[in-house]
Amino acid sequence: MSGPMKARARMQGSYADVRVLMSHPMETGQRKGRDGKPIPKHFIQNLEVKLNGKTVIEGEVSQAVSRNPVFSFRIGGAKAGDKVEISWLDNKGDTNKTETAVA
Amino acid sequence: MDEARRVVLRGAGATGVLAVALAAGLLKPERAIAASWNKAAFDAKSAVDALKSIGAADTQESGDIVIEAPQIAENGAVVPIEVSSKIPGTTSLAVLIEKNPFPLAAHFKFTGGAMPFVKVNVKMGESSIVRVVADAGGKHYTATKEVKVTIGGCGG
Repeated sequence: MSGPMKARARMQGSYADVRVLMSHPMETGQRKGRDGKPIPKHFIQNLEVKLNGKTVIEGEVSQAVSRNPVFSFRIGGAKAGDKVEISWLDNKGDTNKTETAVA
Repeated sequence: MDEARRVVLRGAGATGVLAVALAAGLLKPERAIAASWNKAAFDAKSAVDALKSIGAADTQESGDIVIEAPQIAENGAVVPIEVSSKIPGTTSLAVLIEKNPFPLAAHFKFTGGAMPFVKVNVKMGESSIVRVVADAGGKHYTATKEVKVTIGGCGG
């Protein structure tokens, strides 16, 4: 279920504004399907942001994050052309990553 | 002298083990993301227990934590929350939605140039206090904001 992932990073004065969009159902385990059975939990648990190969943000999240999550981060000391990599890992072991250059 | 020789041999042994493990596919170098997820904290059913599990049982109120969230959220499935800390040396931010079945929603750690800032959309089952806890220099600071929800978001 790892659909497309999009990221954008733009300089905003002294920091890079990083926005990332992940395609994920973020299923809470509290919903019931048409058959009345609970839909199993399926959600992103970990995410990581790297700047030029170095980890700058490590996140742990719960099923409370909305479906198809969108995150914004700010990385100081970045400059145009720097490489930003973002990856996630969910509770089923699925993973996805994307990268972009700071504009 | 002998001691140094031991160290070298031990080092060589460890490298050998690593090479074998890599060859056997036991370690996957392409899987770059660390998989540590604080299950106890995320499974906690109260904000107090969740905070204990992330080592932030003692917090003090701070006006230097900024929480941007709507006062009234029409759709609990997508509530935009933006949090940041102006406390010098902030290394992590935790977001808790106190009335959610599992209050801890996110816990971010910042290193290098990353600023203590995150914006994320969250689900809220009902109107609740949103609590943010910042870790700076081993001390924990907190701030809250109430968000009223007109339609709950547990349906995802």
